[in-house]
Amino acid sequence: MAMANAISCDGLTKRYGDVLALDHLSLDVPAGVIFGFLGPNGAGKTTALRLFTGLAFPDSGSATIAGVDVATGDVSLHRRYSFLDQSPQYYGWMRGRELLAFVGELFGLRGAALRSRVDEVLALTGLTEGAKRRIGGYSGGMRQRLGLAQALINQPEVLFLDEPVSALDPEGRHDILEVIAGLRGRSTVFMSSHVLADIERVCDAVAIINKGRLVVSSTVAELQDRYAQPIFTFEPEPGQDERVQRLLAALREAAWAGEVVQEHGIVRVLARDTAQASSEILGLLAAHHVEVQRFERGRPSLEDIFLRLVGTESTEKATAE
Amino acid sequence: MEGFSVFLRKEWREAVRSNRLLVVAAVFLVLGIISPLTAKYTPELLKAIGTGQPGVVITFPTPTVNDAIAQFIKNVAGTGLFIAILLPMGMVAREKERGTAAFVLTKPLSRAAFLGAKLVALVALLAIGVALAAAITYIYTAILFEPMTVGGFIACSALVLLSLIVYGLLTFLGSTLVRSQLAAVGIGLAAWVLISIIGISPRAAQFTPAGLMDPASALARGTAPDHLWLSVVANIVLCVVLAGIAWLAFRRQELTGATE
Repeated sequence: MAMANAISCDGLTKRYGDVLALDHLSLDVPAGVIFGFLGPNGAGKTTALRLFTGLAFPDSGSATIAGVDVATGDVSLHRRYSFLDQSPQYYGWMRGRELLAFVGELFGLRGAALRSRVDEVLALTGLTEGAKRRIGGYSGGMRQRLGLAQALINQPEVLFLDEPVSALDPEGRHDILEVIAGLRGRSTVFMSSHVLADIERVCDAVAIINKGRLVVSSTVAELQDRYAQPIFTFEPEPGQDERVQRLLAALREAAWAGEVVQEHGIVRVLARDTAQASSEILGLLAAHHVEVQRFERGRPSLEDIFLRLVGTESTEKATAE
Repeated sequence: MEGFSVFLRKEWREAVRSNRLLVVAAVFLVLGIISPLTAKYTPELLKAIGTGQPGVVITFPTPTVNDAIAQFIKNVAGTGLFIAILLPMGMVAREKERGTAAFVLTKPLSRAAFLGAKLVALVALLAIGVALAAAITYIYTAILFEPMTVGGFIACSALVLLSLIVYGLLTFLGSTLVRSQLAAVGIGLAAWVLISIIGISPRAAQFTPAGLMDPASALARGTAPDHLWLSVVANIVLCVVLAGIAWLAFRRQELTGATE
């Protein structure tokens, strides 16, 4: 039996003046999965999220959440999903617990059930200690934890997260990703992020968009299989720049090599012809007298695939931000 | 209007915590206190200043309760209108500007409930202010002059409140249309100037908030007011139209986060 779609959109298009923010986006997200939504800055990710959550209205196309057409503007649909903005803003004069109680009340929770649910989400997001403080004094990380807490209060069927861990330190990022991973099977999580390692870590499926258009939509495993050409990675010993540059030039001319990238001293070579690459690459290193600290052959990461699909320029912009 | 009562409670707590309620109460209390005091002591003060000059003889009619009523209307409706214009400038615009409107409107809170709760909060704040001013004016007038008829003065205060609600709604509409509080207050002030220009014609003035002042004065004095219902109905219709335009503008307005 086919799995029901928690989120669907068909030909979703949105234009802001001369800018085509979203160009006929069609997408199906099965229920219960954690879905990564990737794209460089300005690709249309936030626009899509705003269209799904009724904060903006499409020029054409349609979207459904849990089978309900978003265009109906039916507020009862809001009971079935939650949304965490990329830069969450709340009432600074409220205390953390107070905001969660306010949101819980909007969802119809009262009395002991409300208090219990507020305690649960505070504990889940590691915010119990800060719950009595005014939100105005929260750090960016605390604000993001609070954002996730308020988004979880109604145990949503569908959870939209726009860059949910961008303001968190590594420990906080790990904790919150664990919380998100724990929602698998219970909620459908639609999560946009620039941090591709995070997406790869928790997401079952991804969609990549660029310039408002869908580039690819697939499970992470299928995507890695589809772009299964191996990546050769090596790290030259320092102090041999001239030889390394000559080697890079030779690699770029090799028919079996695809993209050749040097970043932070590490060289990555995408192989077009695996067999030829495997037999020749070490010979090239030796011929150019390049000594290496590390050499390995690996599967392409989501970042490698993203880079191939979206282009180096876009990725550099995204990384810089 | 899903979420109305929960959001109205939030509006009330915000008015208390941000000291908005305190400021409104304090300003209207002062306006209420000075009204009968000004009526009573201004002639005596001027007389005291004038008699110091050789050859100058100033005579003033003895101040009466009617002067206190005139001062009340002038102060509370005249000066209070600036409170009414300033009070709602951020009510919607600030929430849009900061991104909290986008946050709260993805919850089970309809846009009608969002606007409705804010309108009720605005009317409640103005009503509290006018009620405080009226109560203190009534007490001081009774001490310094004589008690006014309670019913007439309540009706007078209600008309003053209605005029302030109209001015408040003009800024509220501005706050709904734009994302900036300053632009919202600019719209409110521009509308006030426009209404003042319209009010130059006595016939047209009857349909504006200024047209409520003559009936208000007559009711407080216990005399028969002219064009009472015409002005009341016109101003209520104006309120409904302004609230309706605000709703139409906000109903399909696109909302963004704070950073966009």
